[in-house]
Amino acid sequence: MTRARIATAWLGGCSGCHMSFLDMDEWLFELADVADLVYSPIADVKVFPEDVDVTFVEGALANEDNLREARHIRENSRLVVAFGDCAVSGNVTAMRNPLGDPIEIVKAVYVDAPDRDGQIPKKEGIVPPLLPQVLPIHKAIRVDAFLPGCPPPADRIQAALEALLEGALPPNRGEAIRWG
Amino acid sequence: MVDRRPTIHVSFDGVEYEAFVGESVLECARRVGVKIPSLCFLEGLSVWGGCRVCVVEIAEGHRLRPACATTCVADMEIKTETPRLRAYRKSILELLFAEGNHVCAVCVSNGNCELQDMAVHCGMDHVRYDTQAPKREIDASHPKYIFDPNRCILCTRCVRVCDEIEGAHVWDISYRGESAHLITEMNKPWGESLSCTWCGKCVAVCPTGSLAYQGRAIGEMEHDPAMIKRLAVARNRHEWLYPEEAK
Repeated sequence: MTRARIATAWLGGCSGCHMSFLDMDEWLFELADVADLVYSPIADVKVFPEDVDVTFVEGALANEDNLREARHIRENSRLVVAFGDCAVSGNVTAMRNPLGDPIEIVKAVYVDAPDRDGQIPKKEGIVPPLLPQVLPIHKAIRVDAFLPGCPPPADRIQAALEALLEGALPPNRGEAIRWG
Repeated sequence: MVDRRPTIHVSFDGVEYEAFVGESVLECARRVGVKIPSLCFLEGLSVWGGCRVCVVEIAEGHRLRPACATTCVADMEIKTETPRLRAYRKSILELLFAEGNHVCAVCVSNGNCELQDMAVHCGMDHVRYDTQAPKREIDASHPKYIFDPNRCILCTRCVRVCDEIEGAHVWDISYRGESAHLITEMNKPWGESLSCTWCGKCVAVCPTGSLAYQGRAIGEMEHDPAMIKRLAVARNRHEWLYPEEAK
Protein backbone atom coordinates (compact mmCIF):
# COMPACT_ATOMS: atom_id res chain seq x y z
CA MET A 1 0.00 0.00 0.00
CA THR A 2 1.35 3.41 -0.92
CA ARG A 3 1.85 5.86 1.90
CA ALA A 4 -0.36 8.95 2.03
CA ARG A 5 1.39 12.23 1.36
CA ILE A 6 0.16 14.81 3.87
CA ALA A 7 1.13 18.47 4.16
CA THR A 8 0.22 21.29 6.51
CA ALA A 9 0.68 24.99 5.83
CA TRP A 10 0.69 28.10 7.98
CA LEU A 11 -0.75 31.26 6.41
CA GLY A 12 -2.26 34.20 8.33
CA GLY A 13 -2.84 32.54 11.69
CA CYS A 14 -1.25 32.15 15.11
CA SER A 15 -0.01 28.55 14.69
CA GLY A 16 -2.44 27.43 17.39
CA CYS A 17 -3.95 24.93 14.96
CA HIS A 18 -0.51 23.38 14.54
CA MET A 19 -0.12 23.25 18.33
CA SER A 20 -3.42 21.36 18.37
CA PHE A 21 -2.08 19.08 15.63
CA LEU A 22 0.84 18.21 17.93
CA ASP A 23 -1.70 17.62 20.71
CA MET A 24 -2.68 14.41 18.93
CA ASP A 25 0.29 13.07 20.92
CA GLU A 26 0.94 9.34 20.52
CA TRP A 27 -1.53 9.04 17.65
CA LEU A 28 1.09 10.89 15.60
CA PHE A 29 3.12 7.66 15.70
CA GLU A 30 0.20 5.77 14.19
CA LEU A 31 -0.10 8.48 11.56
CA ALA A 32 3.60 8.17 10.81
CA ASP A 33 3.09 4.43 10.16
CA VAL A 34 0.79 5.11 7.21
CA ALA A 35 1.60 8.62 6.00
CA ASP A 36 4.48 10.97 5.28
CA LEU A 37 4.39 14.60 6.36
CA VAL A 38 5.93 15.99 3.16
CA TYR A 39 5.65 19.70 4.01
CA SER A 40 4.87 21.55 7.23
CA PRO A 41 6.10 24.36 9.47
CA ILE A 42 7.07 21.57 11.87
CA ALA A 43 9.14 19.76 9.20
CA ASP A 44 12.34 21.05 7.65
CA VAL A 45 11.15 21.32 4.04
CA LYS A 46 11.63 24.60 2.19
CA VAL A 47 9.60 24.11 -0.96
CA PHE A 48 6.04 22.84 -1.21
CA PRO A 49 6.30 19.52 -3.10
CA GLU A 50 4.23 18.23 -6.00
CA ASP A 51 1.65 15.49 -5.82
CA VAL A 52 0.39 15.92 -2.24
CA ASP A 53 -2.68 13.90 -1.24
CA VAL A 54 -4.11 16.31 1.33
CA THR A 55 -3.00 19.67 2.69
CA PHE A 56 -4.29 21.20 5.92
CA VAL A 57 -4.14 24.98 5.50
CA GLU A 58 -4.09 27.00 8.71
CA GLY A 59 -4.69 30.74 8.67
CA ALA A 60 -6.50 33.30 6.57
CA LEU A 61 -5.27 35.14 3.49
CA ALA A 62 -3.83 38.35 4.92
CA ASN A 63 -1.08 39.28 2.44
CA GLU A 64 0.08 38.59 -1.09
CA ASP A 65 2.42 35.81 0.01
CA ASN A 66 -0.51 33.99 1.65
CA LEU A 67 -2.49 34.28 -1.58
CA ARG A 68 0.36 33.02 -3.74
CA GLU A 69 1.06 30.13 -1.37
CA ALA A 70 -2.61 29.14 -1.21
CA ARG A 71 -2.79 28.96 -5.01
CA HIS A 72 0.44 26.97 -5.18
CA ILE A 73 -0.88 24.54 -2.56
CA ARG A 74 -4.12 24.11 -4.49
CA GLU A 75 -2.26 23.28 -7.70
CA ASN A 76 -0.22 20.62 -5.97
CA SER A 77 -2.78 19.02 -3.62
CA ARG A 78 -5.54 16.58 -4.43
CA LEU A 79 -7.51 17.75 -1.37
CA VAL A 80 -7.33 21.00 0.57
CA VAL A 81 -8.73 21.23 4.09
CA ALA A 82 -9.43 24.65 5.66
CA PHE A 83 -7.74 24.04 8.99
CA GLY A 84 -9.18 26.11 11.85
CA ASP A 85 -11.37 29.19 12.10
CA CYS A 86 -8.97 31.64 10.42
CA ALA A 87 -8.83 29.52 7.27
CA VAL A 88 -12.59 28.85 7.49
CA SER A 89 -13.87 32.35 8.26
CA GLY A 90 -11.00 34.84 8.60
CA ASN A 91 -11.61 34.83 12.37
CA VAL A 92 -9.15 36.88 14.48
CA THR A 93 -6.92 37.61 11.48
CA ALA A 94 -9.91 39.28 9.76
CA MET A 95 -10.72 41.50 12.74
CA ARG A 96 -8.86 44.31 10.95
CA ASN A 97 -11.39 44.24 8.09
CA PRO A 98 -13.88 46.70 9.67
CA LEU A 99 -11.05 49.22 10.07
CA GLY A 100 -10.68 49.56 6.30
CA ASP A 101 -7.41 50.32 4.48
CA PRO A 102 -4.64 48.34 6.22
CA ILE A 103 -2.07 51.06 5.54
CA GLU A 104 -3.79 53.18 8.19
CA ILE A 105 -3.32 50.40 10.76
CA VAL A 106 0.32 49.92 9.73
CA LYS A 107 0.87 53.68 10.12
CA ALA A 108 -0.73 53.71 13.56
CA VAL A 109 1.50 50.85 14.71
CA TYR A 110 4.83 51.56 13.00
CA VAL A 111 4.82 55.33 12.45
CA ASP A 112 2.62 56.96 15.08
CA ALA A 113 3.18 54.63 18.03
CA PRO A 114 7.02 54.46 18.32
CA ASP A 115 8.73 57.27 20.23
CA ARG A 116 11.32 57.70 17.43
CA ASP A 117 12.35 56.46 13.99
CA GLY A 118 8.84 55.43 12.99
CA GLN A 119 8.71 53.93 9.50
CA ILE A 120 6.58 51.63 7.42
CA PRO A 121 8.37 48.28 7.08
CA LYS A 122 8.84 47.47 3.43
CA LYS A 123 11.45 45.46 1.61
CA GLU A 124 10.81 44.10 -1.83
CA GLY A 125 10.64 40.30 -1.74
CA ILE A 126 10.77 40.14 2.08
CA VAL A 127 7.81 42.01 3.54
CA PRO A 128 4.72 41.08 1.53
CA PRO A 129 2.08 43.80 0.97
CA LEU A 130 -1.14 43.31 2.94
CA LEU A 131 -4.35 42.50 1.09
CA PRO A 132 -7.06 45.21 1.39
CA GLN A 133 -9.27 42.73 3.26
CA VAL A 134 -8.39 39.48 5.02
CA LEU A 135 -10.14 36.54 3.33
CA PRO A 136 -11.01 32.99 4.32
CA ILE A 137 -9.15 30.65 1.99
CA HIS A 138 -12.25 29.45 0.13
CA LYS A 139 -12.62 32.96 -1.32
CA ALA A 140 -9.45 32.40 -3.36
CA ILE A 141 -9.09 28.65 -3.88
CA ARG A 142 -11.36 25.61 -4.00
CA VAL A 143 -11.62 23.97 -0.58
CA ASP A 144 -12.70 20.35 -0.20
CA ALA A 145 -13.42 20.25 3.53
CA PHE A 146 -13.73 22.63 6.45
CA LEU A 147 -12.33 21.88 9.89
CA PRO A 148 -13.42 24.78 12.14
CA GLY A 149 -12.37 25.48 15.71
CA CYS A 150 -10.04 27.96 17.34
CA PRO A 151 -8.10 25.78 17.43
CA PRO A 152 -9.81 22.57 16.26
CA PRO A 153 -9.42 20.14 19.19
CA ALA A 154 -6.91 17.35 18.63
CA ASP A 155 -9.62 14.66 18.50
CA ARG A 156 -11.40 16.61 15.76
CA ILE A 157 -8.19 16.73 13.70
CA GLN A 158 -7.63 13.04 14.32
CA ALA A 159 -11.19 12.19 13.21
CA ALA A 160 -10.64 14.22 10.04
CA LEU A 161 -7.35 12.48 9.28
CA GLU A 162 -8.81 9.03 9.99
CA ALA A 163 -11.64 9.72 7.54
CA LEU A 164 -9.23 11.04 4.91
CA LEU A 165 -6.95 8.00 5.26
CA GLU A 166 -10.04 5.85 4.64
CA GLY A 167 -10.69 7.79 1.46
CA ALA A 168 -13.66 9.74 2.86
CA LEU A 169 -14.12 13.43 3.61
CA PRO A 170 -13.89 14.55 7.26
CA PRO A 171 -17.12 14.56 9.33
CA ASN A 172 -19.03 17.79 8.69
CA ARG A 173 -21.99 17.40 11.04
CA GLY A 174 -22.58 18.07 14.72
CA GLU A 175 -19.79 19.20 17.01
CA ALA A 176 -17.21 18.59 14.27
CA ILE A 177 -18.15 21.95 12.73
CA ARG A 178 -18.39 24.14 15.81
CA TRP A 179 -16.62 27.48 15.43
CA GLY A 180 -14.69 29.01 18.29
CA MET B 1 -55.00 22.11 35.33
CA VAL B 2 -56.74 20.60 32.31
CA ASP B 3 -56.68 22.81 29.25
CA ARG B 4 -60.26 23.08 28.01
CA ARG B 5 -59.57 25.02 24.81
CA PRO B 6 -61.15 23.51 21.66
CA THR B 7 -58.78 21.44 19.54
CA ILE B 8 -58.17 20.77 15.86
CA HIS B 9 -56.08 18.19 14.02
CA VAL B 10 -52.75 19.05 12.47
CA SER B 11 -49.88 16.86 11.30
CA PHE B 12 -46.13 17.28 11.67
CA ASP B 13 -44.14 15.33 9.07
CA GLY B 14 -47.05 12.94 8.54
CA VAL B 15 -47.86 12.29 12.21
CA GLU B 16 -51.18 13.60 13.53
CA TYR B 17 -51.43 15.75 16.65
CA GLU B 18 -54.08 17.84 18.36
CA ALA B 19 -53.51 21.59 18.32
CA PHE B 20 -55.42 24.14 20.34
CA VAL B 21 -57.41 26.66 18.36
CA GLY B 22 -55.35 29.84 18.09
CA GLU B 23 -52.07 28.12 18.89
CA SER B 24 -49.06 28.87 16.70
CA VAL B 25 -47.34 26.08 14.79
CA LEU B 26 -44.22 26.51 16.92
CA GLU B 27 -46.11 26.50 20.24
CA CYS B 28 -47.95 23.35 19.21
CA ALA B 29 -44.75 21.66 18.05
CA ARG B 30 -42.96 22.47 21.31
CA ARG B 31 -45.92 21.21 23.37
CA VAL B 32 -46.15 17.85 21.57
CA GLY B 33 -42.38 17.39 21.37
CA VAL B 34 -41.73 18.06 17.68
CA LYS B 35 -38.42 19.87 17.33
CA ILE B 36 -38.35 23.04 15.19
CA PRO B 37 -35.23 25.19 15.52
CA SER B 38 -35.79 28.87 16.41
CA LEU B 39 -33.69 31.85 17.33
CA CYS B 40 -35.61 35.11 17.85
CA PHE B 41 -38.61 33.36 19.44
CA LEU B 42 -38.65 33.28 23.22
CA GLU B 43 -41.48 31.82 25.26
CA GLY B 44 -42.98 34.55 27.41
CA LEU B 45 -42.40 37.35 24.89
CA SER B 46 -44.48 38.52 21.93
CA VAL B 47 -43.77 36.98 18.53
CA TRP B 48 -41.36 38.83 16.24
CA GLY B 49 -40.87 36.40 13.34
CA GLY B 50 -37.67 38.10 12.24
CA CYS B 51 -34.96 35.45 12.13
CA ARG B 52 -36.80 32.97 9.86
CA VAL B 53 -34.89 30.01 11.33
CA CYS B 54 -38.20 28.35 12.32
CA VAL B 55 -39.52 28.22 8.74
CA VAL B 56 -41.72 25.20 7.91
CA GLU B 57 -43.45 23.99 4.77
CA ILE B 58 -47.22 23.86 4.73
CA ALA B 59 -48.31 21.11 2.31
CA GLU B 60 -49.08 22.27 -1.22
CA GLY B 61 -48.10 25.86 -0.44
CA HIS B 62 -45.00 27.10 -2.22
CA ARG B 63 -44.15 29.67 0.45
CA LEU B 64 -42.25 28.88 3.59
CA ARG B 65 -43.90 30.07 6.79
CA PRO B 66 -42.30 31.04 10.10
CA ALA B 67 -43.68 28.51 12.59
CA CYS B 68 -43.70 31.09 15.40
CA ALA B 69 -45.96 33.49 13.49
CA THR B 70 -48.27 30.99 11.75
CA THR B 71 -51.48 29.93 13.47
CA CYS B 72 -52.55 26.30 13.29
CA VAL B 73 -55.65 25.67 11.20
CA ALA B 74 -57.65 22.44 10.92
CA ASP B 75 -55.98 19.60 8.99
CA MET B 76 -52.83 21.62 8.36
CA GLU B 77 -50.03 19.38 7.04
CA ILE B 78 -46.77 20.79 8.33
CA LYS B 79 -43.34 19.65 7.24
CA THR B 80 -40.52 20.58 9.61
CA GLU B 81 -37.55 18.74 8.04
CA THR B 82 -37.08 18.69 4.28
CA PRO B 83 -33.96 19.22 2.14
CA ARG B 84 -35.38 22.61 1.10
CA LEU B 85 -35.89 23.72 4.72
CA ARG B 86 -32.45 22.52 5.74
CA ALA B 87 -30.90 24.47 2.86
CA TYR B 88 -32.81 27.65 3.75
CA ARG B 89 -32.00 27.42 7.47
CA LYS B 90 -28.31 26.96 6.69
CA SER B 91 -28.39 29.97 4.35
CA ILE B 92 -30.05 32.06 7.05
CA LEU B 93 -27.31 31.19 9.53
CA GLU B 94 -24.63 32.00 6.97
CA LEU B 95 -26.27 35.37 6.26
CA LEU B 96 -26.42 36.17 9.97
CA PHE B 97 -22.71 35.40 10.33
CA ALA B 98 -21.88 37.37 7.16
CA GLU B 99 -23.83 40.42 8.34
CA GLY B 100 -22.07 41.16 11.64
CA ASN B 101 -18.63 40.54 13.09
CA HIS B 102 -19.13 37.17 14.75
CA VAL B 103 -15.70 36.09 15.89
CA CYS B 104 -16.53 33.15 18.17
CA ALA B 105 -12.92 32.71 19.26
CA VAL B 106 -12.84 36.06 21.09
CA CYS B 107 -16.48 36.28 22.19
CA VAL B 108 -17.68 36.43 25.79
CA SER B 109 -20.37 33.90 24.87
CA ASN B 110 -18.13 31.39 23.09
CA GLY B 111 -19.50 27.98 24.07
CA ASN B 112 -22.70 29.46 25.56
CA CYS B 113 -24.21 30.99 22.42
CA GLU B 114 -27.53 30.22 20.75
CA LEU B 115 -26.26 31.51 17.40
CA GLN B 116 -23.18 29.29 17.57
CA ASP B 117 -25.31 26.29 18.62
CA MET B 118 -27.78 26.97 15.82
CA ALA B 119 -24.94 27.11 13.27
CA VAL B 120 -23.86 23.65 14.45
CA HIS B 121 -27.46 22.42 14.33
CA CYS B 122 -27.97 23.72 10.78
CA GLY B 123 -24.71 22.26 9.48
CA MET B 124 -22.89 25.54 8.81
CA ASP B 125 -19.22 24.61 8.41
CA HIS B 126 -18.33 27.81 6.52
CA VAL B 127 -19.98 30.94 5.13
CA ARG B 128 -20.39 31.05 1.35
CA TYR B 129 -21.32 34.73 1.26
CA ASP B 130 -18.94 37.67 1.44
CA THR B 131 -18.78 38.98 5.00
CA GLN B 132 -19.78 42.61 5.44
CA ALA B 133 -17.23 43.47 8.17
CA PRO B 134 -19.22 46.52 9.32
CA LYS B 135 -17.58 49.07 11.63
CA ARG B 136 -19.68 49.31 14.80
CA GLU B 137 -18.87 51.04 18.08
CA ILE B 138 -19.24 49.18 21.36
CA ASP B 139 -21.31 50.91 24.07
CA ALA B 140 -19.54 50.26 27.37
CA SER B 141 -21.02 53.33 29.10
CA HIS B 142 -23.28 51.35 31.43
CA PRO B 143 -21.59 50.58 34.76
CA LYS B 144 -22.93 47.03 34.89
CA TYR B 145 -23.48 45.88 31.30
CA ILE B 146 -21.88 46.14 27.88
CA PHE B 147 -23.44 46.23 24.41
CA ASP B 148 -21.47 45.03 21.41
CA PRO B 149 -23.45 45.64 18.19
CA ASN B 150 -20.93 43.58 16.22
CA ARG B 151 -22.49 40.44 17.70
CA CYS B 152 -26.11 41.59 17.48
CA ILE B 153 -28.45 39.69 15.14
CA LEU B 154 -31.43 42.07 15.65
CA CYS B 155 -33.60 39.34 17.18
CA THR B 156 -35.23 42.10 19.31
CA ARG B 157 -35.52 39.89 22.38
CA CYS B 158 -34.01 42.72 24.46
CA VAL B 159 -36.43 45.26 22.95
CA ARG B 160 -39.39 43.03 23.72
CA VAL B 161 -38.39 41.93 27.20
CA CYS B 162 -37.63 45.48 28.32
CA ASP B 163 -40.97 46.72 27.00
CA GLU B 164 -43.22 43.78 27.80
CA ILE B 165 -41.85 42.31 31.03
CA GLU B 166 -39.84 45.08 32.68
CA GLY B 167 -42.01 47.90 31.31
CA ALA B 168 -39.10 50.29 30.83
CA HIS B 169 -38.75 50.24 27.01
CA VAL B 170 -35.13 51.34 26.98
CA TRP B 171 -34.28 49.47 23.75
CA ASP B 172 -35.42 50.18 20.21
CA ILE B 173 -34.30 49.55 16.66
CA SER B 174 -33.22 52.58 14.71
CA TYR B 175 -32.80 52.93 10.93
CA ARG B 176 -33.61 50.25 8.36
CA GLY B 177 -32.01 47.57 6.23
CA GLU B 178 -28.26 47.27 6.60
CA SER B 179 -28.20 50.39 8.81
CA ALA B 180 -30.65 48.95 11.33
CA HIS B 181 -29.19 48.78 14.81
CA LEU B 182 -30.20 48.78 18.44
CA ILE B 183 -30.35 52.03 20.35
CA THR B 184 -30.96 52.82 24.00
CA GLU B 185 -33.32 55.61 25.02
CA MET B 186 -33.62 57.91 21.97
CA ASN B 187 -30.08 57.09 20.89
CA LYS B 188 -28.27 58.17 24.05
CA PRO B 189 -25.42 56.09 25.51
CA TRP B 190 -26.82 53.28 27.66
CA GLY B 191 -25.02 54.60 30.71
CA GLU B 192 -26.90 57.91 30.45
CA SER B 193 -30.29 56.26 30.17
CA LEU B 194 -32.71 57.41 32.86
CA SER B 195 -35.32 54.73 32.12
CA CYS B 196 -32.96 51.71 32.46
CA THR B 197 -33.68 49.99 35.77
CA TRP B 198 -30.48 47.89 35.67
CA CYS B 199 -32.71 44.76 35.87
CA GLY B 200 -30.55 42.81 33.40
CA LYS B 201 -33.40 41.05 31.60
CA CYS B 202 -32.08 42.21 28.20
CA VAL B 203 -28.74 40.64 29.07
CA ALA B 204 -30.44 37.44 30.26
CA VAL B 205 -32.30 36.92 26.97
CA CYS B 206 -29.58 37.86 24.47
CA PRO B 207 -28.89 34.80 22.29
CA THR B 208 -25.33 35.92 21.45
CA GLY B 209 -22.51 37.78 23.17
CA SER B 210 -23.97 41.13 22.15
CA LEU B 211 -25.27 41.95 25.64
CA ALA B 212 -23.09 40.86 28.53
CA TYR B 213 -21.97 41.74 32.03
CA GLN B 214 -19.01 44.08 32.25
CA GLY B 215 -15.71 42.36 32.91
CA ARG B 216 -16.54 38.98 31.43
CA ALA B 217 -13.69 37.36 29.49
CA ILE B 218 -13.90 34.96 26.54
CA GLY B 219 -16.48 32.24 27.10
CA GLU B 220 -17.41 33.51 30.56
CA MET B 221 -20.84 34.98 29.76
CA GLU B 222 -23.82 32.70 30.33
CA HIS B 223 -27.29 34.00 29.56
CA ASP B 224 -30.55 32.89 31.16
CA PRO B 225 -33.39 33.14 28.62
CA ALA B 226 -35.47 30.61 30.59
CA MET B 227 -35.85 33.29 33.27
CA ILE B 228 -38.39 35.06 31.06
CA LYS B 229 -40.52 31.95 30.74
CA ARG B 230 -40.55 31.66 34.53
CA LEU B 231 -41.55 35.31 34.87
CA ALA B 232 -44.22 35.12 32.17
CA VAL B 233 -45.75 31.94 33.55
CA ALA B 234 -45.74 33.40 37.05
CA ARG B 235 -47.45 36.53 35.80
CA ASN B 236 -50.19 34.57 34.02
CA ARG B 237 -50.83 32.47 37.09
CA HIS B 238 -50.35 35.30 39.61
CA GLU B 239 -47.61 33.32 41.29
CA TRP B 240 -45.54 36.17 42.65
CA LEU B 241 -44.54 34.62 45.96
CA TYR B 242 -42.57 31.55 46.87
CA PRO B 243 -44.99 28.87 48.18
CA GLU B 244 -43.72 29.22 51.75
CA GLU B 245 -44.22 33.01 51.66
CA ALA B 246 -47.77 32.65 50.34
CA LYS B 247 -48.94 30.79 53.44
